[in-house]
Amino acid sequence: MSVGFVMLCHEALHRAAEVAGHWAGHGCPVVIHVDARVPQAQYDALATALKEHDNIRFCGRWRCEWGTWSLVAASQTAAEVMLREFPQVGHVYLASGSCLPLRPTPDLIDYLAARPDTSFIESVTTEDVPWTVGGLDAERFTLRFPFSWRRHRRLFDRYVELQRRLGVRRRIPEGLTPHMGSQWWCLSRATLERILTDPRRAEFDRYFAKVWIPDESYYQTLVRRHPGRVESRSLTLSKFDFQGKPHVFYDDHLQLLRRSDCFVARKIWPRADRLYEMFLAPDPGARRGVEPNPGKIDRVFARAVERRTRGRAGLYMPGRFPNPGWENGKTCAPYAVFEGFGDLFEGFPAWLHRATGMRAHGHLFAPRRAEFADNQRAFAGALDDGAELRDHNPEAFLTNLVWNTRGERQGLLFGPRDVQRIGWFFAEDANAQVWVVSGAWAVTLFRSKRPFAQVRKAAARLQRIEAAHLDLLRRGQTKARVRIWSMADLVDAPMEPLQTVIDEVGPKNARRLTEAPNMVDLTGFGQFLQNLRNEGMQPHLMGDFPVSPDSAPVAQDRRKRYFAR
Amino acid sequence: MGLVDAYKLRVRRRVRLIRAFRKRRELTSVADRTAEVRPGDTLLFATLRNERIRLPYFLAYYRAMGIQHFFFVDNGSDDGSADYLAQQGDVSLWHTRKSYRKARFGMDWMNWLLRRYAHGHWALTVDVDEFLVFPFCDTRPIQALTDWLDASQVRALGTLLLDMYPKGPLTRQPYREGADPFATASWFDSGNYMISKNWDTWNLWIQGGPRARVFFADRPDQAPALNKIPLVKWHRSYAYISSTHMLLPRGLNLVYDMAGGEKTSGCLLHAKFLDTITGKAAEELKRGEHYAGSREYKAYDKRVREDPDLWCKWSEKYINWRQLEILGLMSTGNWA
Repeated sequence: MSVGFVMLCHEALHRAAEVAGHWAGHGCPVVIHVDARVPQAQYDALATALKEHDNIRFCGRWRCEWGTWSLVAASQTAAEVMLREFPQVGHVYLASGSCLPLRPTPDLIDYLAARPDTSFIESVTTEDVPWTVGGLDAERFTLRFPFSWRRHRRLFDRYVELQRRLGVRRRIPEGLTPHMGSQWWCLSRATLERILTDPRRAEFDRYFAKVWIPDESYYQTLVRRHPGRVESRSLTLSKFDFQGKPHVFYDDHLQLLRRSDCFVARKIWPRADRLYEMFLAPDPGARRGVEPNPGKIDRVFARAVERRTRGRAGLYMPGRFPNPGWENGKTCAPYAVFEGFGDLFEGFPAWLHRATGMRAHGHLFAPRRAEFADNQRAFAGALDDGAELRDHNPEAFLTNLVWNTRGERQGLLFGPRDVQRIGWFFAEDANAQVWVVSGAWAVTLFRSKRPFAQVRKAAARLQRIEAAHLDLLRRGQTKARVRIWSMADLVDAPMEPLQTVIDEVGPKNARRLTEAPNMVDLTGFGQFLQNLRNEGMQPHLMGDFPVSPDSAPVAQDRRKRYFAR
Repeated sequence: MGLVDAYKLRVRRRVRLIRAFRKRRELTSVADRTAEVRPGDTLLFATLRNERIRLPYFLAYYRAMGIQHFFFVDNGSDDGSADYLAQQGDVSLWHTRKSYRKARFGMDWMNWLLRRYAHGHWALTVDVDEFLVFPFCDTRPIQALTDWLDASQVRALGTLLLDMYPKGPLTRQPYREGADPFATASWFDSGNYMISKNWDTWNLWIQGGPRARVFFADRPDQAPALNKIPLVKWHRSYAYISSTHMLLPRGLNLVYDMAGGEKTSGCLLHAKFLDTITGKAAEELKRGEHYAGSREYKAYDKRVREDPDLWCKWSEKYINWRQLEILGLMSTGNWA
């Protein structure tokens, strides 16, 4: 017994000839179907190239169009020739002109000889198929498809929609349970004969002729009607991408293909000289007698589809620029924004870095320049600290920073003195953790030695800016994790908020806080706020701050360094 | 509104094609080997002026990639570029002394040659200091890419123009004919690109890199555009509008995914910052033939005379396309 190959060819016929010659040379009969659209000259060239093989036949030619019955008709015609002319054939293997055998033909013959009654055909009920493209699975069998999907996509879609709306359904012939699967199969002679000589074949053919993509369902459904073992997998390695287009193999896939231990792969780029040379060589160096294992290749292609459909979150580049709301992650990793902490604690970024290990920047959106950590003039990815450059596209500046530092968490200070345009962006970014001590900007004013009239004006302006920013953070669209304390609350009990910060942004096994940052001297701050009030301004973002230093929530000793239990 | 806009763009495209048609008279054929172009060949189109020293490596690079025919417009070179090109068996050459600026920075000439010779072909339109890098370009020729794009019904490939520079002052390592420019200019900025979208013509507008950082830090809005669409399955109704930054019909500019996925894209490595730029900047400034009053060259000339070092601590050294892929400057998309 041996295996016979049915080849459906429509392009790169010189490659098809090589493969057909290879199989025929190993004593396997080949029946070739050439698409009727192929020019006669090319067909003749193929026939001439293969004329020395007495076990190669050409069958009647059909005009083949993807998704239509013509492909089934072609395979039927060729299979009939195979069964009629080569009685010694035990299995029939359906292949295409762009298939390439990966293992020695005798290996395949042995493999099939050991499983004489088994048909290898992927055959899955429609409910269980995850891979259909365009959402048509069960409906392939119940709707009509008179319009070409390739040439008249609009009509195709409209007609499907119309049938859905009218509730028109075709009747599936008695006794058939629709199954689908890869169109590349290897059937045992007995099973194939039973399908092709079934007394009801005319009825089935009539039905399937109007099914959508029947080459993925005709044999897959009918094989279930007949006795004989069905092994529901294809011996041909053939992967499809999200558009339903087969992945193509190139020279650089050589090792991957070799290690897959599959018998046949599709589809091979016609100019992949090295693949053809290696795998059609007398000894392609494959392991013998092992089961095919396409898992590794599956992963490579699954990754490619993932890259195309989901992309890398937080990346903006020439091939990926999501519309607003479609980013699946405005930035690529979590980062923390601290508002007010820089005013209230001396050397806050340095402390933050010690306590959490994160990269702690100063005010990245300061009006004069981006204050990168360690006072650097440039940062990861060659980001420049220039304010004009940053403010030209602050969203890009921030997404770049987070992208460029993948693997290292970033923290930055922000406040009402900074350029505000970035505010909405991190408010709507689920990766942002925003920690706010409201009103703390006043501490810096309080400590400045500027004339009070100026201070009064600045205070009013900064309060307005921060109030607007806080409104932004409190909107319904906000996706950032926001936590806001008034300055009075924080000064009253600073350890708890700081511990919360460390717990949430620090490393997983966060230590207890052993060192608190140094709070600036707030003696007289209450009076300062009162002075602002006396000048007619209402500083409200700080919370309830007592006027007299005696009743200040911050006792003298509290201003020393804190040591937790 | 939509219809009016669409019509305006149509008019704009027609005007470009008419300009290209009229400007064809400015081109004189020097070496016409276009009869040798076979259907399905991959073609390259370029305008140049006094780039003799770069040509041997340029031709070798693209021949190895699989380009089958080169179309050059020589804009009045006097350094032997024309003679050299005319001798190459796979080059067709046209000559003109007319204004580069008035020919829309050479694009009218390119549009004419593309319309005349590239219909139905994959055409790569680049400058002689631009070197295409696409996914798997170290193991697959460009036809692997174009075949796959054809099968995916994709008509154009988007790229980022990646400015490459040496470490140290530009003039320290002189470029020698035939050498790989990226052996010395092997550094680039990996993550400071700013993207926005042009809602009329749908193309991305990308700025950044060392040119924005060093020459345009105080007026970033004027920093050069880095978005390029150099590889297109050409149709005679297409037209490049502004350099190769954008095309019409505007659907060709949709080389990026808008729903979060990544489309296959590449990089154009830009070998502009070699020691040759010092002479070039002065000469081009004198001619005043470049975009926006040659402001780019003005900026260079001033700084280039100081012989600047574009390199910084965060510069990245070029290794291969996979590195660019990992850094997020290009993407394999679903090509594997």
